[in-house]
Amino acid sequence: MIEILDIHYSYPSKIEALRGVSLTIKDGEFVAIMGQNGAGKSTFVKHFNGLLKPSVGSVKVDGVETTKSSVAALARSVGFVFQNPDHQLFSETVEAEVGFALKNFGFDAKIIEERITAMLELLSLSQYRKTSPFLLSGGERKRVALASVLACDPKMLVLDEPTIGQDHEQKEKLQQFILKLQEQGKTVVAVTHDVEFVAECNPRVVLMREGKIVADGEGHQILTDPAMLEAASIVLPQIAQVFTKLSAAGLPKDIIDISEAKSVLLKALEKRKQ
Amino acid sequence: MSIFDGLKFRRVNSIIHNLDPRIKFIYVIGVFIAALLFLQIIPLVALFLLQLPFVFLARVQRQWMRSLRGAAFLAGFIFFINIVTIFLGNNYTVTPSNIEGALSMTLRFVVLVESFSVFFLTTSPDHLGLALEQSRVPYEFAFAFTTAVRFVPVLAEEAQTIMDAQKARGLELEKGNLLKRIRNYIPILIPLIVSAIRRSLELAEAMESRAWGACKKRTNLYTLRLHKGDYVLLGITAIIVIGAIYAYFYVSIPTL
Repeated sequence: MIEILDIHYSYPSKIEALRGVSLTIKDGEFVAIMGQNGAGKSTFVKHFNGLLKPSVGSVKVDGVETTKSSVAALARSVGFVFQNPDHQLFSETVEAEVGFALKNFGFDAKIIEERITAMLELLSLSQYRKTSPFLLSGGERKRVALASVLACDPKMLVLDEPTIGQDHEQKEKLQQFILKLQEQGKTVVAVTHDVEFVAECNPRVVLMREGKIVADGEGHQILTDPAMLEAASIVLPQIAQVFTKLSAAGLPKDIIDISEAKSVLLKALEKRKQ
Repeated sequence: MSIFDGLKFRRVNSIIHNLDPRIKFIYVIGVFIAALLFLQIIPLVALFLLQLPFVFLARVQRQWMRSLRGAAFLAGFIFFINIVTIFLGNNYTVTPSNIEGALSMTLRFVVLVESFSVFFLTTSPDHLGLALEQSRVPYEFAFAFTTAVRFVPVLAEEAQTIMDAQKARGLELEKGNLLKRIRNYIPILIPLIVSAIRRSLELAEAMESRAWGACKKRTNLYTLRLHKGDYVLLGITAIIVIGAIYAYFYVSIPTL
């Protein structure tokens, strides 16, 4: 569980990136953090594993203050996947890359081997085991980065822009993958601009603007509120746009999910026939 | 990364900023030569103090202090290595003049950092490029040089992101003995170099697609011209160099 209480953060350049943010994320939750560029999303999530420490306020990970712990110690429970995989890949083989964090945490060679195999399997990278990560495509490199963080089996996973550079198929896989992680009771926090992706996954949505949280709630409530989204420079998901326009015909507005949309529309058609 | 902050140009309007970059560079080289001539403390201290008026005239004290602070570690290292090698090579004794020698070596480095810092703090990358071009350096080289200077802060920022990403995977930079600590930097350096190369290839493609190098003969909107201040600085440089050479040959400099 992460408890954040009224944190402020200013960069050395005196830019105040966070101005009083409080949020509690329970175990097993899936939270999408959205908002325009420069809203403070990345700064905010960097507090979760102690990369940044708040100037004012407190961040507790499972009851431990991040100021009293090192990033390496927090990294065991909070995995953090950066936006650009090229900022972390350095090993000669994909295998070594995935094992890097495990080695840092002092795992047994045998366990490392097993975990690597399992992770590569899970992210369909097995055929690249001995390949240099630099030879892979952008999407594959992104998956290697994800595998290298997941290999340590963190309780909580922070993903910074996970869908950028991924094709539709990979996005769908990512979605299923996140659902699978949730079934295992893991917490997932995703920073993203991809409103369609969020609409499909329907997580808890936290909207940020100018270093503050402006909305926090269910996906289908927040992603169907045009005023709220406009304030955060986000457009409505396409399905929500359609249903907003159809609301004059007596259809509900808060639909963001394809399967839900289908059943609502079918029901309406049935009614019309009768 | 504070040493990079001390080299980052900031647009301020001051006498020093408006000087011709070519003359400023000649001045830096003059100080460089003077600093290399001496291994005694007194002339090096004089050289160090001589540059303080420039720093204050340019109003870059804060950034300049930061570059010195960034250089402090290396300076300490130079002093330490000097003392240790003298100690080992001198039958395990150190004389006061040995200490002066080591201190001078360190001070020489500080003087060099000081003058280069003032130069880069007060010279915009654009001016630097202009200066190179007007000194008949081929445009390709001038462009490559200014681009390199311009990308230093970008790379410094990228290095910070990479460090964060590796720390998040449990890398502890400050752990282990000296050799281990150096090895700890491999996961930082490789991504940094790879992404710098990638970035340069992308930049090259972007530039070529915007017809870079289409015309052989280029003209500039601005041209550099020497003003009164530039001649004054040139005179100061000449005095420093001539004075230093004179002192080197004809003055017996007191030592500790």
